[in-house]
Amino acid sequence: MVERGTAEKQSQPPVSVADRADENLRFIRETMERSHLFTSVPGYGGALMGVTAIGASIIASRYPFGREWAFIWIIEALLALMIGLFAIWQKTKSSDSPLVSTPARKFSLSFLPPAMCGAAFTYGLWKSGNYQLMVPVWIICYGAAVACSGIFSVRTVPVMGWSFIVAGLIAFLIPASNANLMMGLTFGGLHIAFGIFIGRRHGG
Amino acid sequence: MAKMKKSKSDREEGNSNLSSIAVTVSTELDKLIHERLRLGIVSALAANPSLSFTELRTLLGTTDGNISVHTRKLEDAGYIVCEKSFKGRVPLTEYRITDEGRAALGRYLDHMEALISAMKSAS
Repeated sequence: MVERGTAEKQSQPPVSVADRADENLRFIRETMERSHLFTSVPGYGGALMGVTAIGASIIASRYPFGREWAFIWIIEALLALMIGLFAIWQKTKSSDSPLVSTPARKFSLSFLPPAMCGAAFTYGLWKSGNYQLMVPVWIICYGAAVACSGIFSVRTVPVMGWSFIVAGLIAFLIPASNANLMMGLTFGGLHIAFGIFIGRRHGG
Repeated sequence: MAKMKKSKSDREEGNSNLSSIAVTVSTELDKLIHERLRLGIVSALAANPSLSFTELRTLLGTTDGNISVHTRKLEDAGYIVCEKSFKGRVPLTEYRITDEGRAALGRYLDHMEALISAMKSAS
């Protein structure tokens, strides 16, 4: 047994000194980069946002596309925003992290431009009465905001952002009658799935 | 023939350069920083004004005990300083890198880069 272990060890190619030095430099760089990551993304808070989105999709499905339908989703967006901010505050408090830090500022600043684009598109679509187009626009813009800000957070966050973007493209291709279902699947399902994963993997 | 002699002398020069680098690195390499977890602590603190005990533990994915042991060693060497305070009623332990610690990390980076370039020129 010992002989086999030794033989296996001997058969492994030796690690060159340059490779070891290169690996050490990479470790230093990655540690410095990771120390700037915003780790207070709320996992379980995100899952709760998903639950309210499913509720909103059930309520919204009873209404035809129009102002009332859009209002339901705008109220849901505001509710989700409040849940998200409260959950971030709770997570930073429990992990002794500062609420306003360099990573948090970078995260927020990169989230804002795509989110503002989403708001601007919503206004334009509202004015022209194209309510059904709001769904793919919301999903894609939110996905872009999460993917951009996710650069400054744990790897799961940009993956979630890109999942929203792909789902938004699908929402463009399928009939508009599936709009509430897509909203439930993305803002509900994706938030719950990624939220539970982040919560378990990254402490809440 | 002259070309062969030249390449042989180049190789010999490269090997002697490599040996001198190897001697320098083995004698001057800061063993305190070279340990992986301590290297992580110093690197993280070099990139931030200060980090709490909890932030360091989460960032490096290790235990309270490991962080305590290795930060104490770095403190003893004067590479980092520890500040204890209270945030409300909760005790807060924060670490900062010292000028000495920053210089030690700089020397370590120089060593690693010298090693890489020496190995490249030898091969």
